[in-house]
Amino acid sequence: MAIKKFITGNFYDEEILFPAVKKVRRAGYRIHDVFTPFPIHGLDKAMGLRDTGLHTAGFIYGITGTCTALGFISWTLAFDWKINFGGKPYFSLPAWIPIMFELTVLFAAVGMVMTFCYLCQIAPFVKKDHFNLRSTDDTFVLALECNDKTKDEEVIAFLNNLGAREVAVQYKETGWWLGRYDKDTMKFEKKN
Amino acid sequence: MALLRYESQVRAPLVAGDKDYHQVTEDICRPVETRPTKAWWIGFSISVLVLIFGIVSVTMEVTYGVGQWNLNKTIGWGWDITNFVWWIGIGHAGTLISAILLLFRQGWRTGVNRAAEAMTIFAVICAGQFPIWHMGRVWDAFFVFPYPNTRGPLWVNFNSPLLWDVFAISTYFTVSLLFWYSGLIPDVATLRDRAKLKWRKLFYGIAAFGWTGSTKHWQRHEALSLVLAGLATPLVLSVHTIVSFDFATSVVPGWHTTIFPPYFVAGAIFSGFAMVQTLLVVTRKVLALEEYITIEHIDVMNKIIVLTGSIVGIAYLTELFIAWYGGNAFEWHAFKENRLNLASPYGWAYWIMMGCNVLSPQIFWFRKMRRNLFVTFFMSILVNIGMWFERFVIIVTSIYREYLPSAWSTYYSPTIWEVGFYMGTFGLFFTCYFLFAKFFPVIALAEIKHILKKNGENFKEKMGELESETVEEFAEKHGHDHGA
Repeated sequence: MAIKKFITGNFYDEEILFPAVKKVRRAGYRIHDVFTPFPIHGLDKAMGLRDTGLHTAGFIYGITGTCTALGFISWTLAFDWKINFGGKPYFSLPAWIPIMFELTVLFAAVGMVMTFCYLCQIAPFVKKDHFNLRSTDDTFVLALECNDKTKDEEVIAFLNNLGAREVAVQYKETGWWLGRYDKDTMKFEKKN
Repeated sequence: MALLRYESQVRAPLVAGDKDYHQVTEDICRPVETRPTKAWWIGFSISVLVLIFGIVSVTMEVTYGVGQWNLNKTIGWGWDITNFVWWIGIGHAGTLISAILLLFRQGWRTGVNRAAEAMTIFAVICAGQFPIWHMGRVWDAFFVFPYPNTRGPLWVNFNSPLLWDVFAISTYFTVSLLFWYSGLIPDVATLRDRAKLKWRKLFYGIAAFGWTGSTKHWQRHEALSLVLAGLATPLVLSVHTIVSFDFATSVVPGWHTTIFPPYFVAGAIFSGFAMVQTLLVVTRKVLALEEYITIEHIDVMNKIIVLTGSIVGIAYLTELFIAWYGGNAFEWHAFKENRLNLASPYGWAYWIMMGCNVLSPQIFWFRKMRRNLFVTFFMSILVNIGMWFERFVIIVTSIYREYLPSAWSTYYSPTIWEVGFYMGTFGLFFTCYFLFAKFFPVIALAEIKHILKKNGENFKEKMGELESETVEEFAEKHGHDHGA
């Protein structure tokens, strides 16, 4: 990843943020991201984000778990080492349902959480650049990505007009790096 | 926006006082960011001491064998499995609150879910200790997992409820942990960004996984929570169902009944909510969180206690009726002579169970009682005593007199090391809970902020005027198309 130039605005109320996001998009600016302290329903749609496919991934992991349980238990009890439990059939499916269910849930949950961490690129010791520390507390930070043609003053005035506060130009790393939050371990040179 | 946030005035506010988002952060982070109080140190020290006693008790058992316990030929399961079932039952409330109530869109869960989930995890850890150390040769505990071995390979018996338990408990623990921690990540990020001290920045920096609060990440986070809730809901029901199968699939009189799965699940929720009440009544007071865990929350949970307590009561009576109506002499004998008969060696335990679980929660039909903190706290303890006796009654009174009178054992009472082991799990549980309450926010920050403008006291007042509008006016003003 690379360091890019952004113009950020801080919104103190989600009821100001929503129309602002719509107007910013209509004006043709490119929203890098909106950072919020809690999930805001409908904001993803307003920003034009696609639905996440995490549900589908979870379904696939779950089915994998079911098949793993069924396959493994059938192989051990009906093929590899047959044991006669009170004359019951070797392939005794009803007795295997509990474990098949548990493994379905286990695979789906573990798989989804790992996929979630991978998609969001989050893990212990991962460090990312912040636009504004208050975005995990009480405000909503809108970051617009700039390019060569962006006229800074124009965008700043536009955001101020929409109700944003503390509008500023910021240079931020968009990716992550391994680091600690108690030390400034940015491996790239910061421009600001 | 307003339509999204509208909620009827009939519902009491879930966050009291005039709050904004920043104030919520301040209030909930305060206990974490200030030095521990004297009360915390006293409570924590006592818990650690009790835990040490538990470790000594377990060491005795491992060193000298299961003979250190008073288990004998017919009473193979005594206090240890009673305690296992009791703890695992308590461990059901957290996931119920966070998963089932999430699916039912119960806003009040946000005030209590984080602490309840933490409690679930610690309770499951405590529960897990009992079957593990009961094995005696605990160094061979890995035999329960199906791995390729040099004994054939001889596989574990997948048809056995005891093995289902292994899978159920380990899955339940893993899923609860993932659910709890994935919800905690954004809140830890808040603590990280507020941190002033070096060690806090380091610790919360690692624990927050580099969370930023990006909208896309929140979108995935919401999807993850919802699907995990969907998965955890049947999981909660399955875990105690499987625990009940340990008994129900046997042919022991008093165990061999089909009512066990629903009966155990209701009992688990019942005891779990009681434990949540015990902890939260104290936590809200000590950490000054009365505005977030309001009397309203306590009231709602007491309603669940009276509901599940009554389900348990009906289950007890049904079981009793069927034991008589079923016409099986052994089954009826187990109930009539070993349980109902107050003069029998364990008759007192059955009646303690009946009193604590069926009769006493009926007090919660009265609103005044539901909203009384002393009554709530006292009842929560009483319910947990009753639920412990339920498991004790099921286990011990069924096996101390089995089919052959020649095998009827003498009176079973635990040794000091059995009691010590049980006490030790209390030490473990409270040590974990004290550490959690000190280092993590006990209330789900992001979730409280999410409901604040709908359920916060001052926001609800402002919304009162909306009720006087007609539907057309309301839709005209506040209708929106979900941003499509």
